[in-house]
Formats: sequence, structure tokens, C-alpha cells
Amino acid sequence: MARRPGTGYLGVVVRRGSTRGLDWRLGPAESGLLGHLAYSQRLTVRSRTERNWLGPSPSWAPQADLFSPRSSHSGGKLTLLCDAKTDGSFLVHHFLSFYLKANCKVCFVALIQSFSHYSIVGQKLGVSLTMARERGQLVFLEGLKSAVDVVFQAQKEPHPLQFLREANAGNLKPLFEFVREALKPIDSGEARWTYPVLLVDDLSVLLSLGMGAVAVLDFIHYCRATVCWELKGNMVVLVHDSGDAEDEENDILLNGLSHQSHLILRAEGLATGFCRDVHGQLRILWRRPSQPTVHRDQSFTYQYKIQDKSVSFFAKGMSPAVL
Amino acid sequence: MAAAATCGSVAASTGSAVATASKNNVTSFQRRGRRASGTNDSGPRLVSITGTRPSVRNGQLLVSTGLPALDQLLGGGLAVGTVLLIEEDKYNIYSPLLFKYFLAEGIVNGHTLLVASAKEDPANILQELPAPLLDDKCKKEFDEDVYNHKTPESNIKMKIAWRYQLLPKMEQIGPVSSSRFGHYYDASKRMPQELIEASNWHGFFLPEKISSTLKVEPCSLTPGYTKLLQFIQNIIYEEGFDGSNPQKKQRNILRIGIQNLGSPLWGDDICCAENGGNSHSLTKFLYVLRGLLRTSLSACIITMPTHLIQNKAIIARVTTLSDIVVGLESFIGSERETNPLYKDYHGLIHIRQIPRLNNLICDESDVKDLAFKLKRKLFTIEWVQDNYLRQERNIYPPGFSYLLKQKDSAWGEGSLQHSTFLMSFLAKATAFASRLVRHSEPLKQNGSGRIRQAAGPRLWHDGRRQEAPGLLGIPP
Repeated sequence: MARRPGTGYLGVVVRRGSTRGLDWRLGPAESGLLGHLAYSQRLTVRSRTERNWLGPSPSWAPQADLFSPRSSHSGGKLTLLCDAKTDGSFLVHHFLSFYLKANCKVCFVALIQSFSHYSIVGQKLGVSLTMARERGQLVFLEGLKSAVDVVFQAQKEPHPLQFLREANAGNLKPLFEFVREALKPIDSGEARWTYPVLLVDDLSVLLSLGMGAVAVLDFIHYCRATVCWELKGNMVVLVHDSGDAEDEENDILLNGLSHQSHLILRAEGLATGFCRDVHGQLRILWRRPSQPTVHRDQSFTYQYKIQDKSVSFFAKGMSPAVL
Repeated sequence: MAAAATCGSVAASTGSAVATASKNNVTSFQRRGRRASGTNDSGPRLVSITGTRPSVRNGQLLVSTGLPALDQLLGGGLAVGTVLLIEEDKYNIYSPLLFKYFLAEGIVNGHTLLVASAKEDPANILQELPAPLLDDKCKKEFDEDVYNHKTPESNIKMKIAWRYQLLPKMEQIGPVSSSRFGHYYDASKRMPQELIEASNWHGFFLPEKISSTLKVEPCSLTPGYTKLLQFIQNIIYEEGFDGSNPQKKQRNILRIGIQNLGSPLWGDDICCAENGGNSHSLTKFLYVLRGLLRTSLSACIITMPTHLIQNKAIIARVTTLSDIVVGLESFIGSERETNPLYKDYHGLIHIRQIPRLNNLICDESDVKDLAFKLKRKLFTIEWVQDNYLRQERNIYPPGFSYLLKQKDSAWGEGSLQHSTFLMSFLAKATAFASRLVRHSEPLKQNGSGRIRQAAGPRLWHDGRRQEAPGLLGIPP
């Protein structure tokens, strides 16, 4: 599979509403081809056996191939986590613990749960969020606590969640400033952390708080330009798929992000309803927004069962409860 | 008073996931009852709070919702710091009951109450709370209720839908002493006045507060919601439920009850118009409320008329922002009222969402078809399983009715004892198909007349055909 080097970024962003003129041009977002191939081959070989992804053994974390210093990491990636009819928060916990173990600098914008919730689950997965926060590896924005501060007390300096005090839908610029400030590389000379990562859980909450879908897409675009291209980091965002609830704003947001992301992990509930042994289905879709798709995007589907400290994946219909 | 008895089942310290007691902790308050850090000697030992117990899964602090059956379905109870959203039934008959059970549980346990309503004065709501059923008083009446419930059909094993037999039955526990976690209430009696007066409660009645001069922060919420948030935050801070007030050392739970949130009486128009001007007001309110609850020792119940909300997207967002969502669907006025399956019940109860707190998984119960009924005194939730037996008889065509005979053998008097199941099934299949062909004369209809008799098992009696089915038509 030959690949033409130096392909520019076409910037295919599908969104309704007016396109705002962005000043910067985004350069080539080359994805580590070797990493991609290695990853897909590894998964094809192991697709039949059951294995634990989120266990505390970092040697088996498949994304390590993609982002290890060995492979060519010349650009960041946007991973979109999506959940429909089920709870996809286990993916957020996984990525948080994964990046902390990989020694990355993480900025976590946690809008839906409190710090202690992530901290307790992180301990089960083998990372300590409090230690990471003390070391400076983790910058945690606790949305719930900050919202209470913003709404009940007037803040002097601009607060990341300043839009809660405004009557009409503003923009997310203060939040973007916060992210940029958090992930800006320290000029001390020594590289303590490998690369920066931005984690957002979750974006649909911003729509509930009065932001328009376009404002949220702009925010993501700004973050991507800074984090993915300028700082060569990664981004992981969670969006809920409302399904048949006819949430137009959410659909706009989801479609827009799907076209920009390199990897889409979609956790769905089973079509037949609740099952005790199979909690849902995970669809993995690799995309290459950097070039027109000359070949089909790769996609895998696995069913999963969440356990206390890990998640076990198996091919469809191969649940141990059924076999 | 009953509140003085401490809950015996609360362990002194749960070993799970103690917060790493870092010295840089800003608040001394550790959410969710994870015990105060042992290394911090100056902090007081966390005393077990009345009416709470730790969850078996992750040591989280739980309070009872007032209905032990509902507690069981929610994985033990309502977690402290979370919101229980009740989607009201169509005519708002049963959701106030659940609301009152929650508040009554608070009074019996000695918790502080905060009742907010735009329709009724909170003092009147408290006057109408059900009386608790304590130990010996009403045990006899409860027993006779349970006895009437036992029907002879409950012991019959099912032949076709046999998998349903394996599912667990809802337990019926009688009233017990007041130190237990969940209590039973008598819906026909009122809470004794002295209990109400001895309790500590705060009321928020919107028509009174809307004209008062409470300082309102600029926010895009409707004024009713803003005032309510201010009020709640005030109480939490003043009475020390969030641990930030150095004067107050509060070791009690605040139970917040908000009635009919989202209805036009609160000044919100989501029930009136599809794309009103305040479409984000309710979700913002829920978000800030969630923030307040997560940092304090409180639990909240909200009843919301979701069937009136015009925009379905708002319901989805509200569900995401709440922790536990329970929907009530009553049979009054619907076509299910005459359905024999639901004859004994007053409505269905749907557990739409259970949160995953401090954990990757949650305790979701396997039982999904739940119905509730309000008996003379008790509100019970049961699985609609016992009626599947009746349903079995109705869903199969008349040709197979003899399959479901309960008394003697299923195939009639010994006619098919020697054949295997498959043979008999095939025989019956042909008999069933034969009803499509006109016989020489129709079969004699003896029986109750409810089910039409078709060619029965006497097909292969004595190894020869007794009655020829229409497939091999005997020429007349």
C-alpha cells in the first residue's frame, strides 16, 4: 500500500451554519502508517480470542504501538468517543489511565462527574490522579465545582466556565485559553512529559448549558489546531449520540466531529436490549482525514463486558456466557 | 424518637478506596462517606449517620428512598450526592406518593428536609406524609394483605415460558423496627404531628419567594430556578452540609425534594412551547444542582412532568444530567387498563437509568418488566411474571390449547404416551394445519366455548387414524 508523502490537509469539515474564517492553515497531519498497520494486524490476529484491554498490564495496550516514540509521531490525533443507548464512560477512564501511564501531560476537562469519581476508578485501573495532579502531570478542570463557584460568586479574572453567567450563548474562548495555558510547554528545557493530551468528558453537556453546536465545534477546532498540530499532542472527546431523540444540535456536533477525527470508538447498547453478560458493542473506525479516502476506512466491531477492574472484549457472538 | 437509634448495619470504616490523604486537600470534607483520612488527626472521626449505609459494591453512602422495593431495584438505595428523577405519570397520581415516601423516610431517620414546590405550600405537603409502619402495631394487617396476595396460580410451573420461572421473585418483607435502613409506610394514615414538629425542615414555596428580595445573581436561568438554587446553596452552606463552614459540624443528610420541576408554574415554558426562549434553563439548573449536591451530604428527589415536555431532546439531556431516572406509567385512562395481563396493577414502573458512580459498572437489576400497585396501605412493586401464565393461554392458536392443560397429562388420556415429543409435535402440527381445510363435518364443540376445538390428539390412536384430517381427504 503506497502512500504519497507530503499530502496536505484538505480540511474537510462538514458543518452547517457559517464557516468562520480561521487564520491559520493546518499543515499535514501525517499519521504513523507503521503504527496503524501494526495495530490493525495485531487486532486481526487476536480477534477471536477474548482479552482484557483495560487491565493493568501496559504492555498490551494496543495504542502504545501508535504513539510510542519509535513510530513516527508527527502530528496529533483526535479520537472521538461516542456512546449510544449505553454509557461510554469506561472509555474515558481507559484513556485517562492510559495516557497518565504513558507519561503524557494531560489536561482533563471533566464536566459531568467529580474528581473523586475519576480518582477512585483510576485507582482501580492503576493510576493515582491525586499524585498526578501534584506532580503537575494532570491539570484537572472540575466542571461541577467550578460551575457552583461561577454561578454563586462573581469571579474577578475570567473563569473557564464564564459562559454560565451570560444570558445569551457566548463562546468558549475562556475555556480554550484555559486549555492552552494548561498544556503550554514549560520552557525549563527538560522534557518531563512526552506530549500533551486533552481529554474532554463530555461535550454534549456544553450543549445542555446553552452553547450552540457551532460554538462547540469552533472550540474543538481551536483546540485541535493548538494541541494536535502546534503541540503535536492528542485529543480525546466524548459525545453522546442521542439516537432518536431528535437532538439536532447534538447531531450537528457529532457529525462535525466524526469528519475531523482519526479514530472513532462507538459504544452501543445491544440492539436486542439489556443483557447481563454482554454489556454492549464497540465499533472502532479508523479514518484518515488528512487525505481523500483512496481506500475504505477500517472498521472493527467487538462486543464487551465490563468487569470490576477491566473490560473484556470478544468477537460478536463469542461471549463466554453463550459459548 | 426513632431517629435516635443508629443504623446498625453501617460499618465503622469501609476498606475500599480510601482517598490518598494528601496534605494539599483543600476541603476536609470527603464526599460519599469515604472515611475521613486517618492521617489527618485533627479531623474528627466520621460518625455513622442515621439512615445511611454503605453500598456493598463500592462503599458509597446510600440513603433509602422510602420504598424498600425501589431500593432493591436501584442497587441498595440512593447514593448521597445524587439526584433521583421521577418522570411523573400522566395524571400525577402516583408520583407525589413516591415524593412523600422520600420525605417521610427523612423524618423517620431524623434527616433535614428541604421541600420546594410551586404548587403547594411545603407545610401542607408535610402534613400529608404517610405514617410509618412500626414493629408490632400493624403487623397483623400486613400479614393479611400478604395472604390475600398469594394466589393458587403462583405455584404452577410453566411449561412453555419456563425460563421465566428462573427469574427471582420480589421479596416481601414485613415491617420491621425503626433502626432498619428502609421503612414501610401506611398510605392511609398521616404522619403523627409530633414527628413532623420534631424534625428540621425548610420550605420553599415559589409564590412567596418570588417577590422577596433575595439577592439574585445574573444568570440566564428563569428567576424561579435562580431563587431556588440560591436557597439551596444557602441552606447547604449555613447548616454545614458541605463541610466548608467552620462553625457547623454537620453530620446529617439533607434531603431535598423538588416537586413538578419544569412545569409552567416554575416559570419555564418547555412544557408549553417546543422551542421556547428558556430551553436551556432547566438543564442549567440541573447542572448547577448536581454541582451543589456532589460537594455536600445531600440527596435530592425531583418529580418532573416529562410527558408534557414538547422537545424530546430536552428529555434526553435531562436524563443525562440526572443520576437515577425512574419513570411511572399509570394505567388510568389507557388501553392497558382492560388488559387482563395488568389486571391487578395500577401502573408500570421503568427504571430508565442507574448511575455508575466510582465504578466502571453499576448494579443493574435483571428484572425489567415491573409494575406497581397501591394496595390499601402499601405501595408494592412487582414483576409482571405471575400473569404470563394467563398470557400463555391467550397467545397460542386454538389448535394447541390442549398443550396447556394443567391438570392431567398435557396430551390427553394416554393417547400419545408412546410417541416422542417430536412425533407428537408433528402430529399436532398437522392437526393445526388441518383447520385450514374444510372437514366433512365440523368437530363437535364441547367445552367452555371460549376456545374452538380443532382436531385433537386422537389422531394416531391405536396406530391408525381415527379422524382423518383434511390433508388426506377421505372422499365422501
